[in-house]
Amino acid sequence: MSDPKRQPPRIESRAWLAPLPAATRFIFRGGAAAAQAASRAFGVELPATACRANVAGARAALWLGPDEQLLIAPEGDATAARAALAAALESIPHSIVDISHRQVAFEVKGPDAEWLLQAGCPLDLDASQFPVGMCTRTVYLKAEITLWRTGADTFRLEIWRSFAEYVVGMLEESALELTA
Amino acid sequence: MLLIECPYCGPRPELEFAYGGQAHIARPADPSKASDQEWLEFLYLRDNTRGLFAERWRHARGCGRFFNAIRDTTTDHFVVTYKAGEARPAPTAGGAR
Ligand SMILES: [Zn+2]
Repeated sequence: MSDPKRQPPRIESRAWLAPLPAATRFIFRGGAAAAQAASRAFGVELPATACRANVAGARAALWLGPDEQLLIAPEGDATAARAALAAALESIPHSIVDISHRQVAFEVKGPDAEWLLQAGCPLDLDASQFPVGMCTRTVYLKAEITLWRTGADTFRLEIWRSFAEYVVGMLEESALELTA
Repeated sequence: MLLIECPYCGPRPELEFAYGGQAHIARPADPSKASDQEWLEFLYLRDNTRGLFAERWRHARGCGRFFNAIRDTTTDHFVVTYKAGEARPAPTAGGAR
């Protein structure tokens, strides 16, 4: 573990930025029957509505595509969640890929959060167009991100770990304008 | 910025999308029986339409799905988008803007 490239990217917390703890993440693919079984097994209703996230306790399910969902759970839930999903979906065609370590998560928060993200994201992030509970894959400048508005002034970003430094760096660059 | 209506996600910025070439080109039903000429046409020959053109697009940085669109190649106006597998809608008169 001495190779620094193998370490997760270090994200320093700031007034507008908070790194989130490591998490269990699965990409679920499957039809309506599989989604129903997965909802029961995972304990979160997998959203049927495009670009919406559902939360139950410490777990969440994010709609990424018509047959694709991102399931998030606390890091310690990995084994139990995987076993429960495997048992419930045994006889239903589906795919579940563990991507826990593919991406890292952090929060952009505070009164400037929307402005900071808008600096690099082409979507309209006004609350009327991107309300609390909305989530989607999109881009931040040149990097693909998954963006989820968890509160009026709080966004969760899920980013492939090798892109994280770039995205945080560009957010910092944008934040310089706030101090000027 | 040009907005493209993804049939799954709604209107989204152009740069989330990737172009996928001409739509509704069916692979030979029995590939082993297709002649060299049929393969050539399937693989390489495409229309170069001036006006309304049916083409494939992929919401690559969104839901990831391929879908089809009718676009006016002279104005870059997207007349209509529809899910892959659906029939090509009839051309609309008011399409070009
Ligand atoms: Zn889409």
